[in-house]
Amino acid sequence: MSERTLLEVEDLHLHYQTRRGVVRAVDGVSFDVRHNEALVVLGESGCGKSSLAKALMRVLPRNVHQVSGRVTLGGTELMSMSDERFRRDVQWVRVSLVMQASMNALNPVVRVGEQVVEPLRVLLGWPRARAMARAAEVFERVGVSTDFLQRYPLELSGGMRQRVVLAMALVTEPELVILDEPTSALDVLTQASIMNLLKRLKRELGTSFILITHDVATSSELADRVALMYAGQIVEVANAAQFFDAPAHPYSQLLMASVPRLHQQQRPEAIPGQPPSLLEPPPGCRFAERCPSHFERCAKDPEFFRLDDRRRVRCWLYEGRGEP
Amino acid sequence: MNERPVGTSVEGEGALLSVKDLHTWFELRQWGFLRVGAVRAVDGVNFELERGESVAFVGESGCGKSSLARTLLGLHRPTRGEVRFAGHSLGELNARDLKAYRAKVGYVQQDPFGALPPFLDVRRILAEPLIVHGVKGRSERERRIRKVLDEVRLSPAEEYLGKFPHMLSGGQQQRVVIARALILEPAMIVADEPVSMLDASVRVEILNLLRHIQTQRELTLAFITHDLSSVRHYAERIFVMYAGRVVETAGVEELLDHPQHPYTQALLAAIADPDAANATKQREIPGGEPPSLLHPPTGCRFHPRCPHAMAGLCDVDEPPDFEPRRNHYSACWLHR
Repeated sequence: MSERTLLEVEDLHLHYQTRRGVVRAVDGVSFDVRHNEALVVLGESGCGKSSLAKALMRVLPRNVHQVSGRVTLGGTELMSMSDERFRRDVQWVRVSLVMQASMNALNPVVRVGEQVVEPLRVLLGWPRARAMARAAEVFERVGVSTDFLQRYPLELSGGMRQRVVLAMALVTEPELVILDEPTSALDVLTQASIMNLLKRLKRELGTSFILITHDVATSSELADRVALMYAGQIVEVANAAQFFDAPAHPYSQLLMASVPRLHQQQRPEAIPGQPPSLLEPPPGCRFAERCPSHFERCAKDPEFFRLDDRRRVRCWLYEGRGEP
Repeated sequence: MNERPVGTSVEGEGALLSVKDLHTWFELRQWGFLRVGAVRAVDGVNFELERGESVAFVGESGCGKSSLARTLLGLHRPTRGEVRFAGHSLGELNARDLKAYRAKVGYVQQDPFGALPPFLDVRRILAEPLIVHGVKGRSERERRIRKVLDEVRLSPAEEYLGKFPHMLSGGQQQRVVIARALILEPAMIVADEPVSMLDASVRVEILNLLRHIQTQRELTLAFITHDLSSVRHYAERIFVMYAGRVVETAGVEELLDHPQHPYTQALLAAIADPDAANATKQREIPGGEPPSLLHPPTGCRFHPRCPHAMAGLCDVDEPPDFEPRRNHYSACWLHR
């Protein structure tokens, strides 16, 4: 592990128990995030990307069947930590999470300022005045007038509420912020201005980000690196330039070809078929059924080949071109 | 087309649909009776759609595009103005003619799961419009159901006929919605954000399918979307809407490559094509939010956010449609 690494995740599993069997939402995921790096976790719905965020943040539903693996944050091993200690020292303090549509989950009868200072007051025991002063600072940082501290959520537009939620995630100065689809409920222009803000925050605060999204174009708005998920696993992780210009995994290539582009004459191509059920994922490569270049080898689980320091691909085509 | 067409006399001549000075307002009342004002969802829209033409209405939420769609479908009554379909004014149709009209215009909803009744199987979902519109004979209905399932590529039909919506993937559900919109052999389809609830790879599949069916059947397709990047291959003309008005209209390539209205320019600047360089680029975004449709701004509705706003003009007088380039209309004083 390099000293620039902030978060290291190894072989993370999160399985849910359902009436129909065990759902393997996250099934052996490994990646790392460096200081001041933005890692985008890209994937289509049901690929396990939100479950990944929940596992990292330890906000788990009751039907968890198994959660295992190794997660290290700045040298501290998190998986073995007790719930009590995790809540006191890590959750919201060192790692915060902006959940999908959380801008609509603000308490409608509490002024937004009071909600933003909650992590400071409850977790860190700050006095009210000091916490409010800090909240005002963060509001300015995310481009919300400090007058809005006294407003109720319904008095704010969607874009403003999203900024308030971001302020709440940043108020404790965490090392890592996990954003789960932060802009998918917003309009085009609002979405672009939130992405502008995230870029600026990353530069000014030096925070690391994990951005979870299904939208390839949005992912390129912040990504230093991209991890593409498919059926509970990461199939490729690469630097943004490598990923967008020359994707390696067949699924990455097909996904890039399916994106409609504003300034390109080429017609987007659909990917035939659909992802396998996570209830009983097929043995071997999970993409094999839809893959144009599959061969006998794909009946066996592909290894996560390391092509270089920053790039790994879960595909037998790369056997011999990198170490497993 | 087996049913009596609404516009028998004028079928085959001129525009299929013509919309003149259309206003769809919604009364807003406080406590259910105090009149507060009207939400001007559609506020003075004019256009004509030709037979076999595919057009896209593009705009952000609250620009009135869905209200426009529902007015075209006959689900909202226009407050003012007129919608003419094949020569007949919608406002003048009696109940029987309105029913015939609905058979001529198919509706593809945004959320396929919400649009399909959960307790009916695919066969029953597709039989319903046939029954309502008096297609007698079980075997005739079955034949048409199988034909339309084949057309939306849910084949073999046996595999899908007995399934309930929750047993289908999002893409398959949307195909059933499309099949239902097609089964009465309409002349026009109104698709309101048909792919916004679907995954990227499925989106393209559904858009390609809609486009294929539209060209095969020579349908008129009105395609409502917030996503300009997906329009290029699926429509011939674009209408850009802002705050209840159409602000710019042109052919797809012309509009995407030479946007004239400052709002369209802002929309296009906000859209990213996947590129690693985006991560370090700050985009030029006009400040503010779309205006309230209860009290829209005077003059040009975009003027409070417009980087080119001219005091004394844009905030006073409503801009008419200018034609700064051939067949390219933009409602902006910059072109005067």
